[in-house]
Amino acid sequence: MWRDAALVAGKDLRIEARSRVATNQVAPFAMLVLVLFAFALDPNRGVLKQAASGLYWVAVLFSALLAVQRSASIEAGDRDQLRMSGLDPAGIFLGKAGAVAAQLAVLEVLLGVGIVVLYNARVASVGLVVAACVLATVGLAAAGTLYASLAAGVKVRDTLLPLLLLPVAAPVLLAATEAWQAALAGHPGDGTQWLEILGAFAVVYVAFGVVGYGALMEDA
Amino acid sequence: MNYVYAGYGVTFVVLALYALRVLARGRALRRALPPDER
Amino acid sequence: MTSFTPPRWLTTALFLGAVAFGVAAAVDGLWVMGPTAEQGDYSRLLVVHPPVATLAYAGFGITALASILYLVPRTRRREWDLLAGASAEVGVVFCGLTLITGSIWGRPVWGVWWTWDARLTAEALLFALFLGYLALRRVPASPHVRARRCAIAALIAVLDIPIVHYATSWWQTLHQGSSIDLLQPDKHLDTAHNVGLALGFISLSLAFAWLLVLRYRVEKLEARYEDQALTVALEARHAEGRVEVGV
Repeated sequence: MWRDAALVAGKDLRIEARSRVATNQVAPFAMLVLVLFAFALDPNRGVLKQAASGLYWVAVLFSALLAVQRSASIEAGDRDQLRMSGLDPAGIFLGKAGAVAAQLAVLEVLLGVGIVVLYNARVASVGLVVAACVLATVGLAAAGTLYASLAAGVKVRDTLLPLLLLPVAAPVLLAATEAWQAALAGHPGDGTQWLEILGAFAVVYVAFGVVGYGALMEDA
Repeated sequence: MNYVYAGYGVTFVVLALYALRVLARGRALRRALPPDER
Repeated sequence: MTSFTPPRWLTTALFLGAVAFGVAAAVDGLWVMGPTAEQGDYSRLLVVHPPVATLAYAGFGITALASILYLVPRTRRREWDLLAGASAEVGVVFCGLTLITGSIWGRPVWGVWWTWDARLTAEALLFALFLGYLALRRVPASPHVRARRCAIAALIAVLDIPIVHYATSWWQTLHQGSSIDLLQPDKHLDTAHNVGLALGFISLSLAFAWLLVLRYRVEKLEARYEDQALTVALEARHAEGRVEVGV
């Protein structure tokens, strides 16, 4: 399973490296979201700084949507390819989710720098911030990959996927924002409860994916 | 008390309207199907 | 397709029961019950709001169970898929009612039409989850593909619900502190209130069951209609073929 996962992840990431969609389109989009928020909210820096963690995670969530859609459309032309390749479905799931997570991680670092620079935020507790990011990313990548595969064959996929994924991802948004809030304010202790929630989400959806991805792939 | 009446009223009205909608849909479908036992 | 068809007497019984208990609930709620100390007359909404909220969750629960039954090969029957779809639609109606009655209750008691407390937020997300599922059901596909796809989507959504609850209630503890929980104040309900709550639950549950049976029947009809359409189309193609060959 792990070998198949590595194979699939490698393939997806190589395709990304060649097409550079994440770097050329998703990253600028994410930064644009940050800038737009600054336009929309009180240009008085105080508000932005307070809202920084929430805005950060909203930007990450939107970027995740794009990343996940892209991941599912890699096989859009011929969905039978993966199914008949004989690879373990759990491995395929882990591979695709892993590739998405990797791309998201890079985006998150970029956005993080953006937040610090553009919104004047100051990170008091790096450990909490990193932990929250890791857990949230894994969870988002897993749930997103599941839904993206589900919606992949569908013509209205682009409008359906956000409708499906965003409500499910809402607790991640909530928990990650709160965790970051605690980190930015310098009370890392407050963050542990939120990390538990992020962890629970990640575990649940990775498990679901490992077990259920095979069923999803049957006669797509 | 108006709010209370509103609450009860909305519940009743919404459920009644929904029921009518479902029944109407059922009738339309039954007519569209060739004469079977349902 | 030999299958379970809800008998006529069931629908009539459920309908009559819902109406009877509904009248009793309304009488108790609007007349017999007195105002409470904490919320005055507004505690009368106890008869309506908690039941619809619970039933919304029940609706989703049924959808989830039916989805599991469909996915497991040994229990797979088209009926489970039909039930899942029917329950989701009735559930979303009750969920919408929950939000509306919650809002109506909240306005006089809290002073606002909406507040981001744990329960309402969780309920709003439930509504969004329902809507996504229903949108997915409308996407055309062969019956089995659509059924399987929707079943998996239902399970993904259902797994989220406890996490949402955990997150929103912790969020409330941290931020909201003590906003009046609509249900908390009336800790010691008198008999009339308890009876009202019970009558409300019974009548609305019967109404739910009634609507579910009706909706399930319609879902079956839809399925047969689709199958018919397919058969008719195939027939037409065969007929064309015959004409061309000159048979």
